[in-house]
Amino acid sequence: MRSVIMGNHALSYGAKLSRAQVIAAYPITPQTEVVELLSQLCANGDMKAKFIKVESEHSAMAASMGASATGARAFTATSSQGLALMHEVLHWAAGARLPIVMGNINRAFGPPWSIWTEQNDSIAQRDTGWLQIYASSNQEVLDSIIQSYKVAEKISLPIMVILDAFVLSHTYEVVDIPEQSIVDKYLPPLEMEYKLDWKNPHAFGGLTKPDWYYELRYQIEEAQEQAKKLIVDTGKEFKEMFGREYGLVEEYKMDDAEIVLISSSTIASTLHVVIDELREQGKKVGLLRIRVFRPFPSEELRKILKGRKKVAVIDRNISFGHEGAFFTETKAALFNEKDHPPIFGFIAGLGGRDVTPDVLKDIFNIVETTEWPEKDIYWIGVKL
Amino acid sequence: MKLSIPEREIMSPGHLACQGCGAALAMRYVLKSLGKRVIYSVPACCWSVIDGPFPYSSIGVPLFHTAFETAAAVASGIKAGLEIQNDEETRVVAWAGDGGTFDIGLQALSGAAERNDDFIYVCYDNEAYMNTGIQRSSATPWGAWTTTTPVKHFKKERKKNIVEILAAHRIPYIATASIAYPEDLIKKVEKIKTIKGTKFLHIISPCPPGWKSPPELSVKLAKLAVQSKIFPIFEIENGIKYKINIHVKKPVSVKEYLKPQGRFKHLTDQDIEHIQQDADAYYEWLLKQEELSNE
Ligand SMILES: Cc1ncc(C[n+]2csc(CCOP(=O)(O)OP(=O)(O)O)c2C)c(N)n1
Ligand SMILES: [Mg+2]
Repeated sequence: MRSVIMGNHALSYGAKLSRAQVIAAYPITPQTEVVELLSQLCANGDMKAKFIKVESEHSAMAASMGASATGARAFTATSSQGLALMHEVLHWAAGARLPIVMGNINRAFGPPWSIWTEQNDSIAQRDTGWLQIYASSNQEVLDSIIQSYKVAEKISLPIMVILDAFVLSHTYEVVDIPEQSIVDKYLPPLEMEYKLDWKNPHAFGGLTKPDWYYELRYQIEEAQEQAKKLIVDTGKEFKEMFGREYGLVEEYKMDDAEIVLISSSTIASTLHVVIDELREQGKKVGLLRIRVFRPFPSEELRKILKGRKKVAVIDRNISFGHEGAFFTETKAALFNEKDHPPIFGFIAGLGGRDVTPDVLKDIFNIVETTEWPEKDIYWIGVKL
Repeated sequence: MKLSIPEREIMSPGHLACQGCGAALAMRYVLKSLGKRVIYSVPACCWSVIDGPFPYSSIGVPLFHTAFETAAAVASGIKAGLEIQNDEETRVVAWAGDGGTFDIGLQALSGAAERNDDFIYVCYDNEAYMNTGIQRSSATPWGAWTTTTPVKHFKKERKKNIVEILAAHRIPYIATASIAYPEDLIKKVEKIKTIKGTKFLHIISPCPPGWKSPPELSVKLAKLAVQSKIFPIFEIENGIKYKINIHVKKPVSVKEYLKPQGRFKHLTDQDIEHIQQDADAYYEWLLKQEELSNE
């Protein structure tokens, strides 16, 4: 069924179609509609799920862990301050190998207070062991939730589906909401091998000495590696059933592109328009959208960027004292190549500043007219 | 002869508790009553060590180790997870120390209690952060030495009254218990098994290294705590109906309770008198609450 829905409701419908069984969530702008719709769906029986109205995000994640550890499918959603509050338990959820799926609406941190989009909240969670998927349309948000459960439950790691505040969360787009029966075929009920079961009692997460802790961490890394292929494979399977395919990255007009613009989320969707325009002017430019940030698609980047003339990465986040995270990772992925193009790093759109086609064209102009990066990092449109 | 304490042992020997650990006895008794159909949520505390290092576990029932402040929230999640999978029978226990209950976990506990989520919250109270080496908590009593309330600056704040905080939530059942009165403790767990909603059990659990007391005195100290009115044994139904379960007819002086404990050895007679008055006043107040409840 095709409906016009907001990004937040795409998250809610994604959870509903995935038959999430326990939802524990706490409201925060710009995520509130996710929670409101889900509590309504639970209350009127449209979803067979328990909704725990917790007193904080920390407890939202803790309750999700408890539920998931019993073998129930758990879902939550948050943003910014809420995600930061969860930080400790995000590590716990991944370490406990629980296949929780959550939506995070990118929102800038205070102070000063801001409710607008920026990726620092999710980027700050990059080392927790969670997979991170950055969506660039409402359709992709909904589809990614369903796909995430499939992946998370195979590798026993939690996944975060991330979308821009307002630019996506509150923007209405046409979304195909698939039939429940088809989703059920794609995503069978969760069968967890290790769970809290009184008939088969085990302790989970007890004190582990250096003789085994290291191996347990290695296994998380193995699972992250395994996820790369799994995301691609389950993406193909998804296409067969639903007609839409998502992988680790998205390429647009890349075939003969000499200059490659790399970005994520809605900046990447705006880039489609910009690239069309630049192509009309005869510029050989293409877009590489990084959809999956953890695990990071280093190998794909190396393949795709081989032989290109120039690469520019546009980050809506900043690791203070250094640069944008996608830029860092892109450079790192290419560093050991014998021969790689120059890579320019740009910061744009922090705190929800509009990243318009003109801003992106300015970035392209800098890259086109500069032979080699003259600065470690370019800030675009600073008024000071 | 019919024993009032179940003979079954769910917890195994070989756990890592110190000699004379009150928290280990508390667990053993509670499990005897609860049986095997139960799942535990255990935050950071001595019990995250006592149960045994990976791959060992001594409690004989499923245990989810979790972050310090999350015992209650995890228990809520476990219960919801079980219920949505049509398991209404398996009981859920959040098992936390005083630090994880009075301090860092209070918010999650309050949240769960306000929602009246259906699980048993047990706080074994050894009156300090013992796992990290005896630092004061808000459950540490006035006058006590800890590593963060050194002798000259012993704790000058009263012990937080957690039971009254829970009572204010009007949860269906709250009780105090002592490892020196296992029959009372077992009776309470048996009662808890029949009640839906949030149940809170507060067990005084002596800690020889933390209290600087000989291990062989733990049970005796847990008895003296009750008999000196320092730790009265009572229950509260629905947050308002009080019942004292162990009436102290011939109280011993608090001095008798304090004296064997190195953590109180610096106290002057005047200090001890202060503690005595406080204990007497609280017990009087409880008697009044009981009287009011019977009206
Ligand atoms: C967020 C966080 N802060 C601090 C700690 C360190 N820590 C572990 S156990 C503990 C004290 C626990 O005290 P209590 O709850 O009274 O249990 P006990 O050790 O006395 O059994 C502390 C401070 C931690 N694990 N997590
Ligand atoms: Mg303690």
